[in-house]
Amino acid sequence: MMLLTLLLLMTLAAYYLGLRRAVTVAGGPTSVRVLHSRPAYYGMWTAIWCGLPALIIFAAWQMLEGRMLTHLVVAQLPPEMQSLSAARLSLIVNDIRNIIYGNIPVGQVSPAVQAAAELYLRLQAISRIALAAAVLASALAGLGAAYGRIHIRLRARNQVERLVLWLLGACSTIAIFTTIGIVLSVLYEALRFFKSVPLTDFLFGLQWSPQMAIRSDQVGSSGAFGAVPVLAGTLLVSGIAMLVAVPIGLLAAIYMSEYAGKRLRSVVKPLMEILAGIPTVVYGFFAALTVAPLIRSSGHAIGLDVSSESALAAGLVMGIMIIPFVSSLSDDMINAVPQSLRDGAYGLGATHSETIRQVVLPAALPGIVGGVLLAVSRAIGETMIVVMAAGLTANLTLNPLKTVTTVTVQIVTLLVGDQEFDSPKTLAAFALGLLLFVITLGLNIIALKVVRKYREQYE
Amino acid sequence: METATEQRTLFTKEEIGVTTPEDSKPQHRPEKTLPADRAQDKPAPTVGKPFVDNPRMACRHVNVFYGDKHAIRDVSLDIGRNQVIAMIGPSGCGKSTFIRCLNRMNDTIEGCRVTGEILLDGQNIYARQVDVVPLRAQVGMVFQKPNPFPKSIYDNVAYGPKIHGLARNRAELDEIVETSLQRAGLWDEVKDRLSHAGTSLSGGQQQRLCIARTIAVGPEVILMDEPCSALDPIATGKIEELIDELRRQYSIAIVTHSMQQAARVSQRTAYFHLGDLIEVGRTEQIFTTPRHKLTQDYITGRFG
Repeated sequence: MMLLTLLLLMTLAAYYLGLRRAVTVAGGPTSVRVLHSRPAYYGMWTAIWCGLPALIIFAAWQMLEGRMLTHLVVAQLPPEMQSLSAARLSLIVNDIRNIIYGNIPVGQVSPAVQAAAELYLRLQAISRIALAAAVLASALAGLGAAYGRIHIRLRARNQVERLVLWLLGACSTIAIFTTIGIVLSVLYEALRFFKSVPLTDFLFGLQWSPQMAIRSDQVGSSGAFGAVPVLAGTLLVSGIAMLVAVPIGLLAAIYMSEYAGKRLRSVVKPLMEILAGIPTVVYGFFAALTVAPLIRSSGHAIGLDVSSESALAAGLVMGIMIIPFVSSLSDDMINAVPQSLRDGAYGLGATHSETIRQVVLPAALPGIVGGVLLAVSRAIGETMIVVMAAGLTANLTLNPLKTVTTVTVQIVTLLVGDQEFDSPKTLAAFALGLLLFVITLGLNIIALKVVRKYREQYE
Repeated sequence: METATEQRTLFTKEEIGVTTPEDSKPQHRPEKTLPADRAQDKPAPTVGKPFVDNPRMACRHVNVFYGDKHAIRDVSLDIGRNQVIAMIGPSGCGKSTFIRCLNRMNDTIEGCRVTGEILLDGQNIYARQVDVVPLRAQVGMVFQKPNPFPKSIYDNVAYGPKIHGLARNRAELDEIVETSLQRAGLWDEVKDRLSHAGTSLSGGQQQRLCIARTIAVGPEVILMDEPCSALDPIATGKIEELIDELRRQYSIAIVTHSMQQAARVSQRTAYFHLGDLIEVGRTEQIFTTPRHKLTQDYITGRFG
């Protein structure tokens, strides 16, 4: 920590030194225009040379230190310990670490381990000093070299800006690498799952009951991992949600953008967008405690058999949740239709509703479809509402009054609690996650394509 | 160039419009507040001959307000039968606002209020019982920027006849589409690709498509709001020929910023200035011997 603070101070000093040096080289503050770049760029350039290599050394040292030290310490262990199996050896290394961090009392381990721990500590102290020396030396060398090279033709701005460009590029790819990392980790576990359950069984199996014996002495079924009922549940709930959200959202958007007055719009639109800000857990309460009982009692009143947790309850509430998505995006798309098209239709004697139905909506349609597809992928990925309101039983049914389960709910239930990470039951969660990811990714790509196509239309 | 010999109407009387000049924008939502000194200006009388015998449309004491802003002040003007009247004047003079009154397009603008009388064949189009929908079928409009619907060429033209129920079957509709495209001088260029998107045409073709679309409804009057301002000279030439052709059948009011264009296509010219109708007369007379100083300044390029 000390070291980093020191490095930071040196970097700051390097900045001012570089700045001063540049001004001096130019021949005073009044003639800085002879410099290739503004003086501040020379400061930054010096600071970068001072700080960056030192920082890289520091980071690399931190990453490698533990491994190097362990290696050295293990090499010093008595030969009979070194010849142990890899697993036993790693236990010994663990013991050494524990002593170092003071987790176990010193007296409880063998003298050899004790000695190794002391050696480790000594080596660590040396390493720290060496690190500090290396970092400071690098910083000073960088500072000195940069300071000496400052003169009026030095293209400091170009070099600094190239570095900034790299930095910007690195930031922009973080999201991409994160996505790739997520995909790879899910993919890896999913592949392990597919080793024990064939891919075709997973994709086309009609039975989902992941409860299987995870220990040999347990009594349990062998488990069935057909994703179809789970996927069907997801599609049923999302389908109901879209049946609610698309008409209401779209009609609301039409009203807002075409009929509502400015004042009404300025009040109602933010209010509708509040819906998007409600935590989904709260929607879950609403679905489980208000909507589901309501549906059940009204179903019973007309003689229908309704489960207390039904696809209908979850779908309705999820639909309400995504109304703002649909309405807000559709509203933007309808507003993006040029006024000239409306004028053209009015100029032909079209009525307001004819203009909306036959000119505005067709023109906005690609954008609206894009918005709806984004809402669909949101619905498919939604977890909390269905966990609380749709139930856990994997029924392969189209009846919205029955209990169904969805991909996300199953992932949650499979991973909640103590799990063994090599049983197919647990790994199935990753396979489901991968499936979900592929579906929503596909929908998002389609949605983006559709939206982009729309954008080109009026430019 | 059209000459006075083409003129079938006579100028019978002259009325002085009592007007207060005001800064106005012809565009949709004017926000500018007028300078205080302008509001108290002495009224500028209309010079020349704003009235014709047996007019298609007759405007009397028309005022337009956008909220508090007085965009058109007491304008009285006739639109003659089978002739082209050009509205000229500097930007913001109210000429676009004025022709948008003629088919009540200003109704779509919030806060816009129109007073006075505008008669179409003797019927006040601002009377309470008049519905704007059939009115706009009678008084069609072509806009500054070509605005074909994002539909096929065929559907663009067929749209109006469809909503007004002008065709009983597909054959009649085909007939209307073909005639309209022919009259707009576009048929030969698009007859093989009627199902292509209207937006795939060039700017000039799009504008002629918009004219065909307007003709297809069978209007009596066609309003054109700077129809050539987004077009190149060749496309402009075609549209101008077309306007001259269409005059045989329709009454046309055209707003233009190009004085050459006004001189080429119109028989009468009206000069607007800051919401006032300054001078109206035969096109030839306006461009050769303007009576009002403002008109003269404008057409000689001293301002505007």
